[in-house]
Amino acid sequence: MRITCPICGERDRREFYYQGDAVALRRPEVDDTPEEWDAYLHLRDNPAGVTRDLWYHETGCGAWLVVTRNTVTHEVLGSVLARDAAGGAA
Amino acid sequence: MADASLSLVPLTPCAGLLPLTVGALSLSEVEPGHLTAIAPLRGKGAALAAAFKAAHGLDWPAPNRATGGDDARAVWFGHAHVLLMGPAPDPSLAAQASLTDVSDGWATVLLQGAGAADVLARITPIDLRPGMFQPGHTARTELLHMQSAIIRLSDDAFLIMGFRSMARTMVHDLKIAMEGVEARRAG
Amino acid sequence: MRLGKGGQIDRNQRIAFRFDGHRYEGFAGDTLASALLANGQRLLARSFKYHRPRGVLTAGSEEPNALVTIGQGGAQEPNVRATVQELHEGLEARSQNAWPSLELDLLAVNDLAAPFLAAGFYYKTFMWPRAFWEKLYEPLIRRAAGLGALSVQNNEDRYERVFAHCDLLVIGAGPAGLMAALTAARAGADVILCDEDTRTGGRLNAETHEVAGQPGADWAASVTAELEAMPNVRVLTRTTVTGAYDQGTYGALERLALGVAARKGAPREAFWRIVARRAVLAAGALERPVAFRNNDRPGVMMAGALRAYVNRWAVSPGRAVTVFGNNDDAHRTAADLLAAGVHVAALIDSRADAVTDLDIPFFKGGQVCDAHGRKGLEAISIATTSGIEKIRTDCLAMSGGWNPTVHLTCHMNGRPTWNAGLASFVPTPGAIPGLVTAGACNGTMSTHGCLAEGARVAAEVLGDLGMKAPDVALPQAEDAPYRITPLWTVPGKGRAWLDFQNDVTVKDVKQAAVENFRSVEHMKRYTTQGMATDQGKNSNVAALAVLADATGRGIPETGTTTFRPPYVPVSIAAMGAGAQGAGFAPQRFTTSHRASVAAGAPMIEAGLWYRPGYFPKDGETTWRQSCDREVGMVRNAVGVCDVSTLGKIDIKGPGAAALLDFVYTNMFSTLPEGRVRYGLMLREDGHVMDDGTTARLGPDHFVMTTTTAAAGQVMKHLEFAQQALRPDLDVSICSVTEHWAQFAVAGPKARDLLNGLLDSPIDDAAWPFMACGPVALQGVAGRLFRISFSGEHAYEVAVPARYGDSLFRLLVSCAEALGGGAYGLEALNVLRIEKGFITHAEIHGRTTAFDIGMQKMLSAKKDFIGKAAAARPGLVDPDREQLVGLKPVGAVKQLTAGAHLFDRDAPATRENDQGYVTSVGFSPTLETFLGLAFLKQGRTRHGEVIRMVDHLRGVETLCEVCDPVFFDPEGGRARG
Repeated sequence: MRITCPICGERDRREFYYQGDAVALRRPEVDDTPEEWDAYLHLRDNPAGVTRDLWYHETGCGAWLVVTRNTVTHEVLGSVLARDAAGGAA
Repeated sequence: MADASLSLVPLTPCAGLLPLTVGALSLSEVEPGHLTAIAPLRGKGAALAAAFKAAHGLDWPAPNRATGGDDARAVWFGHAHVLLMGPAPDPSLAAQASLTDVSDGWATVLLQGAGAADVLARITPIDLRPGMFQPGHTARTELLHMQSAIIRLSDDAFLIMGFRSMARTMVHDLKIAMEGVEARRAG
Repeated sequence: MRLGKGGQIDRNQRIAFRFDGHRYEGFAGDTLASALLANGQRLLARSFKYHRPRGVLTAGSEEPNALVTIGQGGAQEPNVRATVQELHEGLEARSQNAWPSLELDLLAVNDLAAPFLAAGFYYKTFMWPRAFWEKLYEPLIRRAAGLGALSVQNNEDRYERVFAHCDLLVIGAGPAGLMAALTAARAGADVILCDEDTRTGGRLNAETHEVAGQPGADWAASVTAELEAMPNVRVLTRTTVTGAYDQGTYGALERLALGVAARKGAPREAFWRIVARRAVLAAGALERPVAFRNNDRPGVMMAGALRAYVNRWAVSPGRAVTVFGNNDDAHRTAADLLAAGVHVAALIDSRADAVTDLDIPFFKGGQVCDAHGRKGLEAISIATTSGIEKIRTDCLAMSGGWNPTVHLTCHMNGRPTWNAGLASFVPTPGAIPGLVTAGACNGTMSTHGCLAEGARVAAEVLGDLGMKAPDVALPQAEDAPYRITPLWTVPGKGRAWLDFQNDVTVKDVKQAAVENFRSVEHMKRYTTQGMATDQGKNSNVAALAVLADATGRGIPETGTTTFRPPYVPVSIAAMGAGAQGAGFAPQRFTTSHRASVAAGAPMIEAGLWYRPGYFPKDGETTWRQSCDREVGMVRNAVGVCDVSTLGKIDIKGPGAAALLDFVYTNMFSTLPEGRVRYGLMLREDGHVMDDGTTARLGPDHFVMTTTTAAAGQVMKHLEFAQQALRPDLDVSICSVTEHWAQFAVAGPKARDLLNGLLDSPIDDAAWPFMACGPVALQGVAGRLFRISFSGEHAYEVAVPARYGDSLFRLLVSCAEALGGGAYGLEALNVLRIEKGFITHAEIHGRTTAFDIGMQKMLSAKKDFIGKAAAARPGLVDPDREQLVGLKPVGAVKQLTAGAHLFDRDAPATRENDQGYVTSVGFSPTLETFLGLAFLKQGRTRHGEVIRMVDHLRGVETLCEVCDPVFFDPEGGRARG
């Protein structure tokens, strides 16, 4: 598997650490409802299709990425830096 | 009383491990001088590049690139840092960047000889083809199981950096790979 | 029988080898199979289940029968296919799965018991009595059935892994692959050409076809020479592409040439991971058998394989050969045999309209219906329109047609497409992104067709890559049509083999259908058809044709089983190449390693680090003696311990304090410069992630200490917190773990020791507990932290790692002069247990700040990671297990970590579980075992006597629950 790091280019999957759904970028406020926190912490979709995941370029540049990929076809559709995703579409 | 006559003596990370020669390939330790991780402060990138050029005569490196030469080198070192190798950082840089001394954190070795890229191809997954990874290119990548930085100096010479504590493993892994490449050579 | 001339063997180079102890000779260029056949050895193996005598069926990696064991001891390799094993001087091969010998295999009694051993027999028999299964039946079955055995010794051979990148990977170097590679290479593309054979050419080496007016093999050699001379081409022979993976990644197994593998430092095999922008699959086709009675007799082989033995190795596997097929290709076999001067006893073609102009007995519309001769073929029976005719023959070449090698196109869940004209599956286009197919694997069966298609697909690929296709002249070659009329099985009594390797017959597949295992996947698992080393390469299509027939469906509706990687067996050693011995994981050594080893300290693995357990002194015979002494040393004088393994992270910039406030539960923005604070870090789910101290060295400069175990995790967490959650903060995070060598100097004489070394002495006023700052030792700039993990007056002193070795020696020397010395992990552990300090034994991922009694560290004044979740009722439930101390008070004075806790009089069962012990140690200071434990409502139960039961070690005792801080609860010693 190959993942394109926005900084380093296409790299082998072994350089990356997989975290999970990019929902982790949408952190609730500390006093938001327990339901919102529950959803943020524990509830995850398991789509057959396109998903957005957080990956860490651990043995590469150290950037956190949001990678869009398809769980059915295994296509990697794109990636952006988490710091950009967090500032924008989070 | 305490044997205070014992004095502090510096040891290099690969002391007792290198140099090493396998056929046409050699591996030797490099003492790069100061290693300073430089992180630009927000909005100070351009000023830092100018100050850096003025103070050290080096171009600020683009991602995955290294500038300079043996005496002073600026190596892109990940999403946040550039590594200044060689001189102590000029104090003027502190106004534009966070500077962290990591001089003793890295083991730096020079792999050279015909087939050096083939050696690395046994322990790193990056694309080392001459057209893709040229002299002056650098990569933060995996070296077998370790974090590393690789800088291509020429077709057949690479600077390789690994954690100091893992120097023995780095030398071991490189040695095995060197022996494998050398054994395949005809004759 | 070796033919007098011809073949791609070097008759000047004789090679001696042994098979089952007998000495034989072959020539350079032989495989073990060709050399044995040349020596007249037809019996090579016993079958998996029935122990039937078996010979060579094929001439390639798909061989199901001729599996042998090569080598001795740790280098022993079972299940080597004799058909691909290169002959070399001194080769020792042994037959497998026969007892006492290949010739006299007593387990062949299984063959007589065949009616009871049909498909699924072990699902039905051996069911009673139940207890007999494990002790009796299974060992018996395992002994009787199987392939080769492992030596169970360490393999000292080297295996190598290699990464490669290219524009185009060409899989298979037959006519299609060579043309594709040549076309792409001349255009300047980076090309890797792989072929599993020892030489390129594919079927051109086995046939008499001419290409460009020269023998096909010579043409292949000349093209290969051109390719090898080009800097943009890498030709890998002996290399099987084993799998197709995501994003253009391919796995390939290279068996190194014997001469190379024998050199010092050389690997035996290499596993390649090839990343290719595009790939051309030109893997050819595999011939399939026809199922008829006793078609597994030694001497019955594939027609294409027989041509390979005759043409490539100048071996005739028989003196009177018969040929049986359902397609034109089979006729070539007879022609080639005649050309080589071998007697052809008959040509049998099942097609009623078949014709031949060869001058041999020809049975048009005939079918071979039985093979005679147990250990070697003696005769065949032919069913003709006029009855059964028996012909004497010692070798039968059979051909049921060719199956395109579609396997790799199925590795990403693609399904092949049925082609009725070829009576075969062909690849479905687009099944692997970036891969196109060409030649016989695409159903193109003539040499001309293969050459043309190879050039054409390469031109297409070049277009995709934005490169211009060069003009490559298409060489002249035969373009004969391939005509076939399907024939899967010959009707009649007796057992007709489909899967030779797994002893699966036509009857077994029909039985599966009768028992309603109608899905091809179910049939496979019920009968074991298509398993083991050949993975059904020879049998799949015929087996599912039989299943289709038995279930009244067509072949396309029946479908195929799933082809998965690897295409050929890959040794675990090759897959894990690079990870042997010291390559398994990095070893991390502290700068004090050499001095510690020299002092006799046994080194303990702590994650990747090696740390000293204890430093034995003369006269100490157990670790406890050393540990007790070292604890006492710290409590009464001074000890030195390398703590460099703890994670150290420099956090700098205007946002540094805010980031720390966000990741720690407690406040750090209020920490004065020159001071250190203990910090607690939670995961967002409210559980403790790590703890440690963080020092403020400047207004915008902190250095965080993590535990050894969580250093990597915390670094990742900080980067995540900064990049993903707080990108607004301007912070630089930089690991300095490796830069600093850091040593704890602990004990009442700690300051005395340091003042003998520091360039400027320190005192309590300037350096109170939790102070920090720069210091100098012999002019070397270092950092000093007055922190304590022992509860004593203690410091940690850090210097650049280059000085670590000598500073450790110096500190130990000074400590010894003060009545102290070095201490190791064991003493460190006891010291912290005496003080109730936690490690990851306690913060193991399921404990909260509340559980460890640190709920007061959750700041109400700010947001921090884990704050919301930590406040949830379930995480502060008083009924939760809470950190307590334990002291043994029963007859047994021992505590064990991992033991569980129960009320004094309650049975020690799961329902009554009250908690568990996390850390224990013997305290020489308090002269008792001490334990840290989690106990339900523990903080309210101090003083209670409970029962500790270690079911695993059989230890049980009564203990008193107490505060986890056993020693100096007021903390005066650290501050004093």
